Amino acid sequence: MHKTVTTKGRTSLNRRSFLGRASALAMTAAVGSAMLASGARAQTAVKGGTLKMGLGGGGSTDSLDPALAANPVTFHLMRTLGEQLVDVTPDGQLEMRLAEEVDSDAEAKVWRFKIRQGVTFHNGAVMTPDDVLATLERHSDEDSQSGALGIMQGIESMRVDGDWVEVTLTTANADLPYLMADYHLQIQPNGGRDDAAAGIGAGAYKIVAQEPGVRYTFEKHAEYWDSERGHYDAVEFLVINDATARMAALQSGQVHIANLVEPKVAGLLNRAPTLEVKSVSGRGHYVFVMHTDTAPFDNADLRLALKYAVNRAEMVDKILQGFGTIGNDTPINAAYPLFDDSLPQRTFDIEKAAAHYKASGHDGSPIVLKVADTAFPGAVDAAALFQQSAAAAGIPLEIQRVPNDGYWSEVWNKEPFCASYWGGRPVQDQMYTTAYLSTADWNDTRFTNAAFDDLLLQARAELDPAARTATYAQMGAIVHDEGGVIVPMFNDFIEAVSNDVQGWVADGGGDTMNGLAPHKTWLAS
Amino acid sequence: MTRNPIVFLLAQRLSLGLLLLLAASALIFMGTEILPGDVAQSILGQSATPQALANLRNELGLNEPALARYFDWLGGILRGDLGTALTNGQDIWTAMSGRLANTLFLASCAAIIAVPLAIILGVIAVRYRGQWPDKLISGITLTSVSIPEFMLGYIAMFVLTVQFRIFPSVSTIYDSMSLGEKLHAVAIPVLVLVLVVLGHMMRMTRAAILNVMQSAYIETAELKGLRPITVIARHAFPNAIAPVVNVVMLNMAYLIVGVVVVEVVFVFPGMGQYLVDHVTKRDVPVVQACGLVFAAVYIGLNMVADIVSILSNPRLRHPK
Repeated sequence: MHKTVTTKGRTSLNRRSFLGRASALAMTAAVGSAMLASGARAQTAVKGGTLKMGLGGGGSTDSLDPALAANPVTFHLMRTLGEQLVDVTPDGQLEMRLAEEVDSDAEAKVWRFKIRQGVTFHNGAVMTPDDVLATLERHSDEDSQSGALGIMQGIESMRVDGDWVEVTLTTANADLPYLMADYHLQIQPNGGRDDAAAGIGAGAYKIVAQEPGVRYTFEKHAEYWDSERGHYDAVEFLVINDATARMAALQSGQVHIANLVEPKVAGLLNRAPTLEVKSVSGRGHYVFVMHTDTAPFDNADLRLALKYAVNRAEMVDKILQGFGTIGNDTPINAAYPLFDDSLPQRTFDIEKAAAHYKASGHDGSPIVLKVADTAFPGAVDAAALFQQSAAAAGIPLEIQRVPNDGYWSEVWNKEPFCASYWGGRPVQDQMYTTAYLSTADWNDTRFTNAAFDDLLLQARAELDPAARTATYAQMGAIVHDEGGVIVPMFNDFIEAVSNDVQGWVADGGGDTMNGLAPHKTWLAS
Repeated sequence: MTRNPIVFLLAQRLSLGLLLLLAASALIFMGTEILPGDVAQSILGQSATPQALANLRNELGLNEPALARYFDWLGGILRGDLGTALTNGQDIWTAMSGRLANTLFLASCAAIIAVPLAIILGVIAVRYRGQWPDKLISGITLTSVSIPEFMLGYIAMFVLTVQFRIFPSVSTIYDSMSLGEKLHAVAIPVLVLVLVVLGHMMRMTRAAILNVMQSAYIETAELKGLRPITVIARHAFPNAIAPVVNVVMLNMAYLIVGVVVVEVVFVFPGMGQYLVDHVTKRDVPVVQACGLVFAAVYIGLNMVADIVSILSNPRLRHPK
């Protein structure tokens, strides 16, 4: 798995209002929890018990080192064991966790985080600003192999100043606090330099036993600072990669929560009286990517022909069984802050597809699309639907099914036309920087557009939200019309949860309440 | 010169087995060499810089010629050092031994039930050949062997865990469990594995005994008025041991090296899942170590089959 599942709720707090609130209210923990309390805390949490979760998406090669976390199971491990400076709430607000306060200079170039007092790590040590600094340094070190390295690259320098940690950026970035919510950036004693894979963090649960790819057990961290979270005495993860086995474990009562429910069984599963299927829309999306620098995809008309030849509604209906929304050939949807909905929705249009195909002057040889099931659930079927709808417009698509094994190293980002997925990012800047900037490592469409690159840098330095929204809208239009990405659909997160589990909150930031089910839910007494 | 022919035969088999294992090690090494994908790239991921890749390749010794790396690896194994996993830095033997023990536990549970059952059913089928018990036994075992094992697994899971909740659907076992808890946890995978291997062994037992039943001395035994079951058990079966042992060992080897699908379905922490996870991540040292252990199991069990065949056959026991 090459891509992070870094998706953190929608962020409706814009930079200006955020800065205003941050300095005026000095966003304390109390404010943070008060904002949370407005939502779902109507019932009283019951303490105790053991939560068992059946999780897909792990392997025996998994490590507890936060830098290496990349799949759904390691995501849950990180969210259970540790905490970041800040987090993003289900409604997109910034929430103070191990930082008590955030402020910045007027240009949003120097950011300061006030570190929370009295937080104890699982090894008994008290968290200090030096631990925070060491953690951030470890993840920004070029040799760290950290999954968060990309978002740490804009940092020029960092230092400790009393109770504060100060981060100076090379260029202004109003989104910086949101980036600190990345799940890789959980604070560890001495930044994890002693033994990052020991699983020692400051989260509500500490590791008891670990068998990578099999099971993990946790117990409540007695000195955990936040009494509002972590209601269970113990938590257990069972790694169940087989979807049918995962659902059977839930139905037979061996686990309380199962993640990654396949859309095709979600409806059937929901009929079972003892459990409920929860789905929430997020920023993850399924894509077909074309290399805009490789024939025949270097032809803008051919790319448009293929974009018009996708029946998006049919794919949402048949591939996602309705658990998702249609895409518009940009990686951005309404779940992002500063989203502009004025971009017209592209629809399946045989005439336009045929016209653009004719204009492209393509010689009629089959256009090869490489696909494997690992690209996204139902990718092979989606490719078949694409082939059918393209054929209606006279465009010959040839599907080459390739093995799952080696797909992310040999096919994705190597072959000119293949299927893939993105987990989405908390803010537009990060999504575009990761995959659409011409110099991006993961520029999987080989998209080089000087105007687009300029706009991206301009938006980052732009401090007026309205102007920024307008800039992002322009960028979206460029990708929509000229880009190499076909986005047929945005997928929902679907989980199945036993009726015994109370306090569930819909959170589109990620799998199982953005990984916080062990912290925020409890078992009915 | 007095030379014990059995000792000589055993020594010969043993040395042949070791030679075969050496050849297998070369094949395993070659196999991992031609796996597509670069190890350094797999470890560092897509965003690795060329310099970082070069450093890591150097560090892993990937720039050495393949032959030198092969002998390096072989030397390590002879010293009992399987190396460390590239992905999480764990010592391979430490990580693998637990998995191997689990696999052997599951395989022996299945074998303890399946082997005697298959032979008894085979004998019964011969005793009533062509009659309804024979047809019933053959019908059931052939059906179970024809259904893919994941399907058998799902059916057993649906009936025994979801509908009736008799056994757990997740067969994860760990050290702190008592033997009883472990047996309870693995009940369904054991059932599935028994159904998978039963047919092959039972049919082979039946065929081997029937073959012997054509012999003149069986006719003599029958004419002496011995009971049919005595004829089969005392006179026919001992002469059919060699082919039966062969097929039993083949199935035992399958139970150890080939049950990855059952492991996945029942979340059993065995060798198969361990191997597949590491192949996906291109963790070559682990793949090689697993390959070697599997090869040793296969060769070892076949050697046992050979030796038992020799010991059970007076003509081979006392060669002229």
